[in-house]
Amino acid sequence: MMKLSNGVNIASKIQVRDLDFYYGQSLALKHINVDIATNMVTAIIGPSGCGKSTLLRTFNRMYQLYPDQRATGEILLDGDNILSPGADVYRLRARVGMVFQKPTPFPMSIYENISFGVRLYEKLRRSAMDERVEWALHQAALWDEVKDKLNQSGMKLSGGQQQRLCIARAIAVKPEVVLLDEPASALDPISTLKIEELIYELKQNYTIVIVTHNMQQAARVSDYTAFMYLGELVEFGDTNTIFTNPGNKQTEDYITGRYG
Amino acid sequence: MEPIHTHISRRYNAELEDIRSRVLHMGGLVEQQIDQAIDALVNADTALGESVIMNDTKVNEMEVTIDEECNQIIARRQPAAGDLRLIVAVIKTITDLERIGDEAERIARMAVHLAQEERPKNNYAEVQALGRHIRQMLHNALDAFARVDIEAALEVVREDLRADQEYGGIIRQMITFMMEDPRTISRALNVIWAARSLERIGDHARNICEYIIYLVKGRDVRHITIEQLEEDVLGRRVGRKPSQPE
Repeated sequence: MMKLSNGVNIASKIQVRDLDFYYGQSLALKHINVDIATNMVTAIIGPSGCGKSTLLRTFNRMYQLYPDQRATGEILLDGDNILSPGADVYRLRARVGMVFQKPTPFPMSIYENISFGVRLYEKLRRSAMDERVEWALHQAALWDEVKDKLNQSGMKLSGGQQQRLCIARAIAVKPEVVLLDEPASALDPISTLKIEELIYELKQNYTIVIVTHNMQQAARVSDYTAFMYLGELVEFGDTNTIFTNPGNKQTEDYITGRYG
Repeated sequence: MEPIHTHISRRYNAELEDIRSRVLHMGGLVEQQIDQAIDALVNADTALGESVIMNDTKVNEMEVTIDEECNQIIARRQPAAGDLRLIVAVIKTITDLERIGDEAERIARMAVHLAQEERPKNNYAEVQALGRHIRQMLHNALDAFARVDIEAALEVVREDLRADQEYGGIIRQMITFMMEDPRTISRALNVIWAARSLERIGDHARNICEYIIYLVKGRDVRHITIEQLEEDVLGRRVGRKPSQPE
């Protein structure tokens, strides 16, 4: 549970406790404490290099691919510390999916793009897999556009479609949390709005964390907003408050486009 | 409030500054309208009254212009936080200023009408006194807006309570006159109409001050008691009421 300044309690999917993060010797996240609410959209905003993507990448231990990066502290996913050495990273990445800034479809068919990940975790019969692919594409609001060309390469889709394909791929393994790292920054306004609409639909079933440079986007899609600066979490609160009456001067300066 | 830092976009800064100064300009014109309307009434100055009536269109035009500028900032800049509250406060403030202008025009029309009639011995002294009071309130409200000063804004809100009492006093006095001598009814009604207009101007000045408090504190302080307001704004506990559970 987390308690907001207005006294409201909300259920937490992820609880970050005293998290420090290092790139080699340099400390990139300083003592982060934040709760990510269940089935809500939490946006992380802040200037380049403030650590927002770094924080996002700790939620599924993506950083582990690099030997000199390490995190200390605790990140509790439904109460279990995912940073503990015994945690199953493989299982974690199925529970916590991720979509990146640039669309990253695999060089294979639309169908295969989605079934590929599912096969890693589940053995499904052909008909069940067909259903899963269709379901994921529906969830990502892409089905109507691709249903007649499932065997066509995913690389042939437009940028916005590719990004929705990546979201479908992330959802297909039925994660509990979806991490979005600048999911719309390479897309045109219409595709961006489709992705935002999709985020709104998805939060019925998933907990969503989105990193974005676009403040209006954070204001539009999120329920809660975290503002980070120089590796620290400066302010966290419900999005309405952050964008109309932030408590911190640095937050105010950032979201109104002023020099700090 | 902390001093306003400059935006990275200097043009945005200039636009917000321009809006603030236009509001003050409009406020200045409205103050002048009230002054002249009261003078016209007290001195039976028909020409001055007519000029007030004419000038109300200037007030209306200013409202439209500032409104338009605010709309453009919302559309083009998507203001947030303090900037957003400034724009919202300005849009509301100019509505109140425009209505103050209408009240001034109403008093001016009455002045033109009464200039043709027999003058009361005291030359509408009641209206003059209340008018001075209200005029000062509006001046202080605009000053609080210019300096973004919530203490000064709060003082105007308190002053409005006194102005309301003064208005009540005039009404009671007029009722007494009318009961004593029915020949005073016509004059008393005129005084009541003018006092009513002034009292409403006081309410508008109070509204403006509430927007200033909203601008600074981000809290909507309309429709609450003065005690709650002081507690909210100054963090001061007033009276002996037990604290409310959060």
